Amino acid sequence: MPAQLSIQDLTKSYRAGIPVLKGINLEIAGEGVTAIIGPSGTGKSTLLRCINRLVEPTSGRVMLINGETSLDLAKLKGRALRRARRQVGMVFQEYNLVERLTVMENLLTGRLGYTPAWKAWLRWFEVSDIDRAYELIAKVGLSELVNQRADALSGGQRQRVGIARALMQKPELLLADEPTSSLDPKTSVEIMELLTELAQAERIPVVINMHDVELAKRFALRIIGMSGGDIVFDGTGDQLTPDHLKSIYGGESWLT
Amino acid sequence: MVNLSQSLIAKRCKPFSLSRKAKFGFWLLLAYVVYAGAQLDFSYARFISGLDNASAFFDRMFPPNFERSRILIKGMVESLQIAVLASLLGISLSLPIGLLGARNLMPGWATWPARSLIALCRALHPVIVAILFVKAVGFGALAGILALTVASIGFIGKLFTEAIEEISIKQVEAVRSTGASFANVILFSVLPQVFARFVGFSTYQFDSNLRNSTMVGIVGAGGIGGTLFSAFQRFDYDFVAAILLTIIAVIMLGELFAGFIRSVFLDNIGLSDLLRKRNKPTSLSEGKDIA
Amino acid sequence: MLDAEVKQPKRWRRYTIDQRLMRFAIYLFLVAAIVQSLRNINIIPEFLIDAPEQMLDLFNRMWPVDWAYYPQSVNSALVETIHIATLGTIIAVLLAVPIGLMAASNFTPNRGLNFVARLILVSSRSVNSLVWALLFIAIFGPGALAGTLAIAFRSIGFIGKLTGEAIEEANLGSIEALKATGASRGALLNYGYWPQIKPAFWSLVLLRWDINIRESAVLGLVGAGGIGMTLDTAMNLFQWDRVAVILIAIFAIVIVTEIIITQVRKRLL
Repeated sequence: MPAQLSIQDLTKSYRAGIPVLKGINLEIAGEGVTAIIGPSGTGKSTLLRCINRLVEPTSGRVMLINGETSLDLAKLKGRALRRARRQVGMVFQEYNLVERLTVMENLLTGRLGYTPAWKAWLRWFEVSDIDRAYELIAKVGLSELVNQRADALSGGQRQRVGIARALMQKPELLLADEPTSSLDPKTSVEIMELLTELAQAERIPVVINMHDVELAKRFALRIIGMSGGDIVFDGTGDQLTPDHLKSIYGGESWLT
Repeated sequence: MVNLSQSLIAKRCKPFSLSRKAKFGFWLLLAYVVYAGAQLDFSYARFISGLDNASAFFDRMFPPNFERSRILIKGMVESLQIAVLASLLGISLSLPIGLLGARNLMPGWATWPARSLIALCRALHPVIVAILFVKAVGFGALAGILALTVASIGFIGKLFTEAIEEISIKQVEAVRSTGASFANVILFSVLPQVFARFVGFSTYQFDSNLRNSTMVGIVGAGGIGGTLFSAFQRFDYDFVAAILLTIIAVIMLGELFAGFIRSVFLDNIGLSDLLRKRNKPTSLSEGKDIA
Repeated sequence: MLDAEVKQPKRWRRYTIDQRLMRFAIYLFLVAAIVQSLRNINIIPEFLIDAPEQMLDLFNRMWPVDWAYYPQSVNSALVETIHIATLGTIIAVLLAVPIGLMAASNFTPNRGLNFVARLILVSSRSVNSLVWALLFIAIFGPGALAGTLAIAFRSIGFIGKLTGEAIEEANLGSIEALKATGASRGALLNYGYWPQIKPAFWSLVLLRWDINIRESAVLGLVGAGGIGMTLDTAMNLFQWDRVAVILIAIFAIVIVTEIIITQVRKRLL
């Protein structure tokens, strides 16, 4: 049974009195892609980062429900937090690969949550980890580049590695923070296809931030529109009317 | 008409002439040189008589006298050992201290003491530090090792901290998000980014320690410096020449070795690369380091 | 896709066998060097245990610091030290630039000259400034002249090597353009290379001046002038309170130099 994410009354203020997230309530359950759209600065990225605690929420709960167990990600500390982070994979806008390491090593960083430091230093990873790495590299189509340094890759290739890395964790939930914003249109579509296919194969929910509404409509089962720190739309792509878009983004001239 | 404007142009602008500031700076420098020279009691006469001495001096230096090679080798080996151990200790200590000083990764209560310690280590010249250690632990190589360890921490620590503060924090964020432990985050996202520079300045510091180890002996901290100093005092200039040549040779070898280490760890040279002939023409920056 | 693809367990290694052998060889060599050094180094344990007591004793003797000594002797010695460092750096720049040019393989194509220049630069760097001082004292007698020349000759290697490297790494585009107009060597240097290396050059001259101030302070320990001589005298007479004020003065001048350099860097570079 795939995991569920339950965000309850999440707020975040970077500066006192100016909340970026204003009491978000969101349930994400089941497989399938959920896209979050909205203008820049509206808190999409903050929301995602509050889930895996790269950003500290000011208040609220982030419940990760997995079968019997449910964890409040917002309250965990230290080792418990790290354990929980293993279950949440993240794909970044700027790929955030370790440039000096090879593709294979970047993938193996996905298993660092499970590997003690001395073993990791000697590169003594489990055979099962290495096998899974080869599998995933094949799935994202980069088998010949296994021993290439990450900084020798193109943007699209790097993002594929980023996706593979996140999946190496065998996560319960996949987050993607504007994964296609730095890519050209064709590559963007390829990456979105990859994300949706692989997430389906692993049977996990995916939450993707994006600013390309058409892409969202094409790939996402559920679209969430954010504006000014609140959720102002929650529905399918078909239900997204120009009026809704206006309330999310404001302005009309960009609408066709 | 054309001639008139041409000569006007010629008068008005001299292209590429030095700016006012540069000219002023130049005259200032010249004035300083004359002033300082007078303060230091430089006179032409002194210089000339010195040159006379110089020719006598060089006569006595050549041919270099290698008869006392046992003492020479013993001293040189001790200097090498001082350099090796000081570099080992210095590099191992600089890693954690430098890491603690990085303001983008560590909280204030860690960075402030670490940075102050590093600054303190750099404050005094290694020779002065050696004198203090000789007072503390007695004459001999230990004082030399400790003095050069302090110098190494000051140098490597400072550059290491600077290197860490310049890394891309996004890569660190990504590794953190996988649930990696602190050690793993450092190993996999911080160290790979600074590794190249770290190898560079560690090998540079080894060369520097090798150079310094040949002279801390002058104040009693072990190595060939002591032998050299007494040779000077006894006017054994041919022995001095022998010692100097040995020192230069050892240091050149040291630099070659350091360059070799750099190519193994930075360019990932394998055994077969050594056996293949290298066709690149050598340039000055072979074994390029940061200073 | 072929269904008949056999799944073979792949072993992954970060480095090829070749590279691993190389790295292993180096590790082995380093460990051998370290073990060898540890075994042969002469450490008398009594001295080591005694050390904190000795240091405490030293600090006790240094306190109270003899501040009155400063205007007496320390100040003039300090000024002399600064002159030694500055003059030494200036002389070094004058001598190092032509040698550096000679060593740069793109400016001087003659391999023989390159080699000679590099030899000079390496020798200059390998001989410590203290040893250069001893050399010049033997020639010119003790005093500031020996010290200044020692600083100068040591700095030639530093400035020459880095200048040569800067020239070798200069962007060839503008140089080629100048060559195409038939510019002379001198013009090439002045208008092609110099504008490119100017900031790096001044930066490294400043850096060397900084280092030279520190070096000049200790040259006097062997008799080459400056505050080192005052320090030597005080230590020989076991006047530790004076030693303290001298050390503080040296420390202070180093800090002042760093501040000057940071300010100059900010404004002019």
